[in-house]
Amino acid sequence: MIKRYVSAGIGVIILFLLQSTLFQSLSLAGISPNLLIIITSAVGFMRGKKEGMFTGILAGALIDIFYCDVFGINALIYMYIGYINGIFRKNFLPEDVRLPLLLIGASDLIYCGGVFALRFLLRSKMDLSFYLMNIIIPELVYTVLVSIILYRLIYFISTKLDKLERRRPRKFV
Amino acid sequence: MKKKSRKNIPSRYILIGLTVVFLCAIFITYKFDISSGPVNTITGYVFVPIQKGINNIGSWLYNRTEGFKDLQTVVKENEALQEKINELTAQNSTLQLEHYEYLRLLELLNLNEKYSDYNKVAARITGKEPGNWFNTFTIDKGTNDGLKVDMNVIAGSGLVGIISDVGPNWAKVRSIIDDSSNVSAMDLNTTDLCIVAGDLKSMTSSQTILFQDMSDSDGNSAVGDQVVTSNISSKFLPGLLIGYISSIKKDGNNLTVSGEITPVVDFEHLEEVLVITKLKE
Repeated sequence: MIKRYVSAGIGVIILFLLQSTLFQSLSLAGISPNLLIIITSAVGFMRGKKEGMFTGILAGALIDIFYCDVFGINALIYMYIGYINGIFRKNFLPEDVRLPLLLIGASDLIYCGGVFALRFLLRSKMDLSFYLMNIIIPELVYTVLVSIILYRLIYFISTKLDKLERRRPRKFV
Repeated sequence: MKKKSRKNIPSRYILIGLTVVFLCAIFITYKFDISSGPVNTITGYVFVPIQKGINNIGSWLYNRTEGFKDLQTVVKENEALQEKINELTAQNSTLQLEHYEYLRLLELLNLNEKYSDYNKVAARITGKEPGNWFNTFTIDKGTNDGLKVDMNVIAGSGLVGIISDVGPNWAKVRSIIDDSSNVSAMDLNTTDLCIVAGDLKSMTSSQTILFQDMSDSDGNSAVGDQVVTSNISSKFLPGLLIGYISSIKKDGNNLTVSGEITPVVDFEHLEEVLVITKLKE
């Protein structure tokens, strides 16, 4: 169990580092994919609400500490994304790639909606259609495209950990 | 077989509990402007070295590809020169080169004179805000190098932003193109004051930032005017170049004008910045 949290944590840290450095240079037309949403969402629907929440909080807190003026906004949004994805754990079938992509896309939408509502709307910047066309949809498309690859990787690691965990109890019996 | 331990608390209670915790955190950090000291220290020592490493790999790769491109262009140029070698004299090309260098040095001299009164610390950008909504970034210098919150950050020819939080070996910079950034500024031609506000919308659509509330009743301000930080700004040192006015329109009240400014700094390809270690009193 601890191993899972640790590996989710390491995954978040690696993706956070990549996203704040390398992927900012890989941005297309100023838009970069949201890798942290992918891992939060994926851990959520693969492992359940608690692990999803943990992953989300870690990802959000890192963004808050390094790049945000106020602590807690991103942690809060990411935590809810992890939790909501955890609800869909029972619907998750590894062979079917449609649900994961749909969930990751929806999570990115929730995130963008949250940022817009909490950090733009409150400062009376309310041109939603502009942000939708120029920020949200490009980010959504890019994120879903990247998640096709990244989802496989996360799933691969998750199944590896599953095997490790199943092997363990037998040793002790 | 299965261990049933303290993990039995339903996750929705954890969710509600943590929601309250984070809402309090948002409220406290927003209201009291606390910079999270020990957290900054720990995270700084863990993340900054790694980010530096990744950036070094990135810039190494970039330089490699650039070097390769250079080689190709050199080969092409060489062929062209072989054909033209009788027409062109070597002296002419040297003169051209010297002239170019002269212009460049002149520009540098000019620039240095402009901001030479201030002590500066050079810093490298280690990471940029992961999302697409804001424009903040971190640099690899912190309190260890004498940086403090509210110090101004410049690059090359103009203002980049301001330090909003600082750890021992890193600092958080909010750039002037960030959507929540506001700078008190002045039109250098007319000395009319205005507020320069970063705006995500104008930044994505036309690479500009906005200026507002310029009390220019005579209509003297024109497109192309230099806009610098004003004397009355509480946080920005006076006279730092922000950009050039690219469009002006009269406000509804007929007293003030507003419009767009093209910043002089190329934020897309920013890698190194200078931090002015003098705070505005």
